[in-house]
Amino acid sequence: MENLTISDPPPQHGIPPQGPPQQGGGGPMPQMPPPMGRPQQLPAQYFTTAAQLLDLTDKKLMLSLRDGRKMIGILRTWDSYANLVLQSTVERIFVPPGPTNPRGLYADIPVGIFLVRGENVVLLGEIDLDKDDEDPPGYDQADPELVKSLAKQRKADDQKKEKNKVKKLADLGFLGENMGELLL
Amino acid sequence: MLFFSFFKTLIDHEVTVELKNDIQIRGTLKSVDQYLNIKLENISVVQEIKYPHLSAVKNVFIRGSVVRYVHLPAAAVDVPLLEDATRREAANEARKRNEK
Repeated sequence: MENLTISDPPPQHGIPPQGPPQQGGGGPMPQMPPPMGRPQQLPAQYFTTAAQLLDLTDKKLMLSLRDGRKMIGILRTWDSYANLVLQSTVERIFVPPGPTNPRGLYADIPVGIFLVRGENVVLLGEIDLDKDDEDPPGYDQADPELVKSLAKQRKADDQKKEKNKVKKLADLGFLGENMGELLL
Repeated sequence: MLFFSFFKTLIDHEVTVELKNDIQIRGTLKSVDQYLNIKLENISVVQEIKYPHLSAVKNVFIRGSVVRYVHLPAAAVDVPLLEDATRREAANEARKRNEK
């Protein structure tokens, strides 16, 4: 890996997502002709979306969506656009500490199977199962209905503030990259 | 493809990725692909209390389209090499245009 240089050839296109890169013996190696006249580097498919998502498959993940929602579920299917299918998904709603609650609150709402279009994905995090048993630091689990209503209230307030800010900026001639859309 | 190749040279280095929603995530760059999707390992989040959903997360896959900045370790960037590669890329582009 140390031998990688900036002039390395880009990966070949049209290689369909396939089995784990170089795992175990057994099956035949993927048909990658070694580049002529240079030392063997990591296989090109190592640097594909598929390879990145492959080790997350069948793991418990935290998915952050573009609208700010956080889903927790098990990744079952995906493609190179990061379209995803999650199983046994829950939506986790957080209410950060504020005037209504001195400590943060969260609640899990089961939503079942979830298919997500890739463009809505912000990030996918693999959950450390050792840490997963505890509440996030500074947060307590609370009644879903309470958390839902608090979160709704909080979101409305934030949106109002954000709208105001965007309006003031727009008056000054600034156009933000996410006009009015609150990203959390 | 230049930036893709460039990020490939940064693999196994510590970087900080700043997302368009202002979250900053620091971690070891493990993988990058043609869309500049990024995979980080052993992450830590700047301002952790604001982002409780990341407290139990160790590795992340970040979609390239939501990245605003990647803060690089200066020592890992070979500036002359990068400049060279940029010129070569520009020359290639120019040649392609002329051929059309």
